[in-house]
Amino acid sequence: MREAEHLVHKYLRSSKRFPHIWCSGCGIGIFMQALVRVIDQSEYSKDDIVLISGIGCSGRLPVYVDFNTLHTTHGRALTFATGIKLANPRLKVITVMGDGDAVAIGGNHFIHAARRNVEIASFILNNNVYGMTGGQSSPTTPHGAITASAPYGNIEPDFDICRLAEAAGAVLVARSTVYHTRLLERLIGMALKKKGFSVLEVVSQCTTYTGRFLQLNSPVEMLKWQKDNAITVEKAKQLSDTELEGKIVIGVLVNRERPNYHEQYQSLLGKKSKV
Amino acid sequence: MKKAVRKQVLLQGNEACVEGALMAGCRFYAGYPITPATEIMEIMARKMPGASGVFIQMEDEIASLGAVIGASLAGSKSMTATSGPGFSLMQEHIGYASMAEVPCVIVDVMRAGPSTGLPTQPSQSDVMQSRWGTHGDHPIIVLAPSSVYEFFELTVQAFNLSERYRTPVILLVDELVAHMREGVILPTRDSLEIEDRPHPTVPPEWYIPYADPGTGVPAMPAFGEGYRYHVTGLYHDVRGYPTVRTDEVEPLIHRLFNKISKDYDRLQWFDAFATEDAKITIIAYGCVARAALRAVQQAREKGLKVGLINLKILWPFMRRTISGILENSAKVLVPELNIGQISREVKRINQSRCEVLTLNKVDGTPIKPAEILRTLEEVYS
Amino acid sequence: MNRVEIYRGWCKQCGICIAFCPHQVLEADDSGYPVVRNPEKCTGCLLCEMRCPDFAIVVNKDEESREETGSPAGK
Repeated sequence: MREAEHLVHKYLRSSKRFPHIWCSGCGIGIFMQALVRVIDQSEYSKDDIVLISGIGCSGRLPVYVDFNTLHTTHGRALTFATGIKLANPRLKVITVMGDGDAVAIGGNHFIHAARRNVEIASFILNNNVYGMTGGQSSPTTPHGAITASAPYGNIEPDFDICRLAEAAGAVLVARSTVYHTRLLERLIGMALKKKGFSVLEVVSQCTTYTGRFLQLNSPVEMLKWQKDNAITVEKAKQLSDTELEGKIVIGVLVNRERPNYHEQYQSLLGKKSKV
Repeated sequence: MKKAVRKQVLLQGNEACVEGALMAGCRFYAGYPITPATEIMEIMARKMPGASGVFIQMEDEIASLGAVIGASLAGSKSMTATSGPGFSLMQEHIGYASMAEVPCVIVDVMRAGPSTGLPTQPSQSDVMQSRWGTHGDHPIIVLAPSSVYEFFELTVQAFNLSERYRTPVILLVDELVAHMREGVILPTRDSLEIEDRPHPTVPPEWYIPYADPGTGVPAMPAFGEGYRYHVTGLYHDVRGYPTVRTDEVEPLIHRLFNKISKDYDRLQWFDAFATEDAKITIIAYGCVARAALRAVQQAREKGLKVGLINLKILWPFMRRTISGILENSAKVLVPELNIGQISREVKRINQSRCEVLTLNKVDGTPIKPAEILRTLEEVYS
Repeated sequence: MNRVEIYRGWCKQCGICIAFCPHQVLEADDSGYPVVRNPEKCTGCLLCEMRCPDFAIVVNKDEESREETGSPAGK
């Protein structure tokens, strides 16, 4: 019946049932499509790619796509990714994590993966909430927000994932929203090409829970919120901290070179201790 | 195992473990420093580059086993080593490896616990944790060496069993065996039987990742070989996709158990000493089995009919072997460096066939032959 | 002319495609599903396709007016 096939369909597992499990208007699907579009235009074959996730809504992404896919434990996607990349450096290793996944329960793994600089393209879908378990506060939930686990308002400050990644040593740090799809694709492309640990924070919308505590009542309103509050890195440089309050700075935040773990390990191969 | 004529070398238990791992084909090690297992990591750090393998020090033990599982999925035989506190952290991923059927070897050089406990003293107090430490029903294989050579030998076998059954295998070792030095003659690599995980024999388009080929152990390709499939810790169908269907959930958990239980006959590994006419049989493992052997020898010199079973496999518990002992002995003595863990299992299957006695020591020092001999003399009648 | 196809079976009526079409090509029907109201206005920018969280829209670009506007960045 279809005359032109959706590009994404070429990468979906035909044995999986659709529509997928995510709620109406969820940003994960938008990210997934962007990822697949970029991979389609890349030199990688389906066999080359290992797509790894943790637990949560984002954790359900890999099962839908026809790569080598791995749905790991909560927060630990990067540890599996590290083992895979070092055991077979030919593979293109990609992780998809959520905000709670990557920087709460997986925070330790995240900072050390960044420090170690294993070549992993890591994408963090930040929807500011634990969606799968019913809308509890995450490390990126805004201060004051009312959530299932902060019924009187969140008294914790929120994490800036990108600044954390930068401080920990990631060689590419970038941010986009799912609204800015073309930027999103460009940044995914950069992350996949980077020969080290790259972090792309993807500001996404949980239309079921985050929308409620931000008083944004539909996916459309949430995307408008992303559109209206996003500001490019270049513009942000001209603004004061107060002016940047509540803004989403998008674009490439850090792009630097540093020897990756694998390159350095290669120089050890063949070494034999006399001990 | 066949042994070629080779020079005797003086090795520490932890060193012998590394030798065994490398001979078994281990080419990935991830770990975190912890007493009394650290030597395994340090020696791996020295040797892996020369063996074209990977060594990595991770940020904690959870990460270590995560990396090990990842490397195994990418086709490398992989292992890690730790002690009690780290072993506790690893439980999460032991369950994952069990559920997703990823071969890997975990060494737990026990310290006395709970918590940080006694880091440098011998203990056998992780026996039950090695069986049930991770949540949920799951099968597990646990081996317990009692000498340096056995540590080598059982490490090779740990990899073989892990590959054969696609399951995590735990080497449960006490500090004495790990740190003791003994002269051993290692076999050549060629003389060892090395097993590898079953590989698909069908092309990728026919491959069904978790289909039972009849052995209970599905074929396992490495990521990147063209067999693109999904791996998850959720209950999954034969394609590896998450499922909640009762007709898929229950067969999976049964297959996980049956793939090992169907081979219980092959998994009765023990050394028996003077058991034929024994009125009292000692059931022991690890360093305690060494003290027990001396005690049995001394008791025999005194005319006491006592024997010893030295268990090499702790889990799955060797019900057949132990039942035979319980059938033919008047009394059984289970000395352990814990409050009574294997003895509970022995009592559980005893069903009043004989008297099960225990000798437990939890002060951080080993059980001495004299202590076992004294107990034997007291209860011998 | 470009043709916008919608797979109703996969659509979850989130409304994103309708709201953000730069040329108001789409409109919601009574049940909230997008329908093509102004096909002639479609410029083939692909934004509806790219922003659809459910892969439920595909824009078939007219061969004659095909431009390389929709190709992913990063190349």
